[in-house]
Amino acid sequence: MSTTTTPAAEGAVIGKDGLATLVDLLRARGFTVVGPTVRDGAIVLAELESADQLPYGWGVELEAGHYRLREREDGAAFAHAAGPQSWKTFLHPARVRQWRAERSDGQLVIEEDDTPPPRFAFLGVRPCDLRAIAVQDRVLTGGRHRDPVYQGRRSGAFLVAVECTEPGATCFCASMGTGPAAGPGYDLALTELVDADGHRFWIRSGSPEGADILAALPTSAASEAVCETARQAVASAADRMGRTMPDTDLRRLMAGTLDAPRWDDVASRCLTCGNCTMVCPTCYCTTTEDVTDLTGDHAERWRVWDVCFDLDFSQLHGGPVRPSARSRYRQWLTHKLGTWYDQFGSSGCVGCGRCIVWCPVAIDITEEAAALHDWADRPDGEP
Amino acid sequence: MTTLPPLLDALPEAHRDRLLALAHDRDFPDGSRLFDEGGPADRFWLVRSGEVALDVYVPGRPAPVVETLGAGQQLGWSWIFPPYRWHLGARAVGPVRAWELPAAEVRQLCADDPEFGYTLMRHCVEVIADRLQATRIRLLDLYAPVGGGPP
Amino acid sequence: MTTTVPVPYRVTAATPETADTVSLELEPIERALPAFSPGRFAMVYAFGIGEVPISVSALRGRLVLTVRAVGAVTGALCQLRPGDAVGLRGPYGTGWDLDAAADSDLLVVAGGLGLAPLRPVVHQALDRPGRFGSLAVLVGARSPGELLYRAELPQWRTSVQVEVTVDQPDPTWRGTVGVVTALLDRIDLRLDRTRALVCGPEAMIRHTARALLARGLPARRLQTSLERNMRCGTGHCGHCQLGPLLLCLDGPVIGYERAEPLLAVREL
Repeated sequence: MSTTTTPAAEGAVIGKDGLATLVDLLRARGFTVVGPTVRDGAIVLAELESADQLPYGWGVELEAGHYRLREREDGAAFAHAAGPQSWKTFLHPARVRQWRAERSDGQLVIEEDDTPPPRFAFLGVRPCDLRAIAVQDRVLTGGRHRDPVYQGRRSGAFLVAVECTEPGATCFCASMGTGPAAGPGYDLALTELVDADGHRFWIRSGSPEGADILAALPTSAASEAVCETARQAVASAADRMGRTMPDTDLRRLMAGTLDAPRWDDVASRCLTCGNCTMVCPTCYCTTTEDVTDLTGDHAERWRVWDVCFDLDFSQLHGGPVRPSARSRYRQWLTHKLGTWYDQFGSSGCVGCGRCIVWCPVAIDITEEAAALHDWADRPDGEP
Repeated sequence: MTTLPPLLDALPEAHRDRLLALAHDRDFPDGSRLFDEGGPADRFWLVRSGEVALDVYVPGRPAPVVETLGAGQQLGWSWIFPPYRWHLGARAVGPVRAWELPAAEVRQLCADDPEFGYTLMRHCVEVIADRLQATRIRLLDLYAPVGGGPP
Repeated sequence: MTTTVPVPYRVTAATPETADTVSLELEPIERALPAFSPGRFAMVYAFGIGEVPISVSALRGRLVLTVRAVGAVTGALCQLRPGDAVGLRGPYGTGWDLDAAADSDLLVVAGGLGLAPLRPVVHQALDRPGRFGSLAVLVGARSPGELLYRAELPQWRTSVQVEVTVDQPDPTWRGTVGVVTALLDRIDLRLDRTRALVCGPEAMIRHTARALLARGLPARRLQTSLERNMRCGTGHCGHCQLGPLLLCLDGPVIGYERAEPLLAVREL
């Protein structure tokens, strides 16, 4: 959504009480409300029973391989960048039972696990994560086959986006074109404002269901001044991104640098732990586990997140196709920034910066892309 | 196979005629031996039909076949280099028809006409390189059972 | 029901092909999967053990899958007897482009177990005379005892040119000995109207493709079937990537002009 072409005044304004009502209302309508809250020294995503559990007055200090909570004097609820989790935890669970099978007298009965999923309302979806949900929508439900687990959880989900006014030092959504303003896909969008005029939220609806909820909230009219202040706050956040992705055709860059010596360099640092894939809001790879009970006649199929940094990931009957750390890091990065376009029509990176923060050895995706870009741009003849 | 053997195809017509002028038609009945390991490599063949098995003498068991050659293929290259002795044995598998070429005369032709010699030798190197590549591929034992991992 | 849940099938025949390879003939116990076509694959579930991708090896009435025991799942599948049940999902992936080959001479080159996904192509040629211009089948096997569908070959030879070569002959073998590409010299190849289908271990595919391209066959008229770790079959698990391709969707059968540059990259 472009901030320059929207009408001068739109939406409405709610206060902290309005936010509290929003949580109560969503819960009353049967939603499992999930949002950010402080737990174990981090801002995590968890079920909220009330808006009181939001991280009012907490911000985060981010750097490569570094995450710290820090108190904020302004009491803002959403003045923090991405935490260790993303919404995929709820839409594409790390561990899910797909089906159960029973065997008796040569008969085989296989039944899909049709436990109805909770109906989620996500409160505080950052614009980068809103795009990440759209990316996973394409991967898991937009192709020839649809993943029923994801579809079941996603189809009923209510998304409350919150635009970004406090980007972190590892954020680069502006250069990925995914933020800090909220793109399409939300039911409600909020922009948090804390200033001399008080603590309030500019709120707009993006769907009929969003409009319906909005109509039930205690709102006041949004003045032109409030809309303008909110737009300015978001626009200025774009200039305060801590990281930038190189301004180049990343798909071409990845396809053209498969032999770059930089892969050896990053492989010498990478521990192949897979943290980056766990925290990435778009990484979707899974493997399966088949289990039986002690009688041997009852079996289950579980699907669990998998990591392309594991040796087993590319296992063929002779051995792994990607035995080296070099090829496994290359697979992750070239998929994320390059071949994702071939497979799903967009980048797999939304610029949230989580992979940078949670890398134990501080590998920085933007720095690696820049190094590849420099290598591709080197004068002829240099190695 | 109705087309010329690749060797003849590779030669300009004048050279081809000179080579064929030295050739004799030969027929080998099923099971007959064309040559044995260590024997004098004083000739070679262009197989026109049938199948020839190259084998190695191993005491106590039937001679294992390492490769077979068929229509269109050149049989023998030990005649190119001293000491002109066969490295393997050769046996007809079924009736074989071939053009037989005398080694000494062909070598003399090569020596007298370097252009002819170069073309012929270039072709022979190609045949040998092809068989080397094929042998390397077979060394991989690509169709062997593999184990030790999922699935 | 969705495509992630296997459908029960019953084994109606289990035919040993070689010492470690079995062909399973299957029929649906209740509901049948959509029709398979040559080159496409099924995810086959061995109860309580796991699932593997297997290409269909015959489609004459009943579905046939040829399985080689190389691990826990395939080992269990090879132990199945008539009456036993398996779970089946599919059909998945791409098939051989046989419609494009309707007016062409078709050249099938198979190495080892690579003959299995190509067998339905031969069956089509036998069952529907005139389906292809002509069909030549070149087969490479490790040894005569490891040659698949040996009992079927005489029937194939009634209307199809079949050439077989082995790496390790036994004393009774009177056929060809050598690499499968050597057979290319023994057939009449009309390169201007030939389409080639190649399947086998990846090194064999590259070697065969090089030999065909060197003879002048354009890469766009060569299809091959590739193998990577496939866990889901539906393009959702990420395991079967080969550069830009998801082989369970874009493959396993792909044109060689797409495959060639990808197979040239180490550890892609």
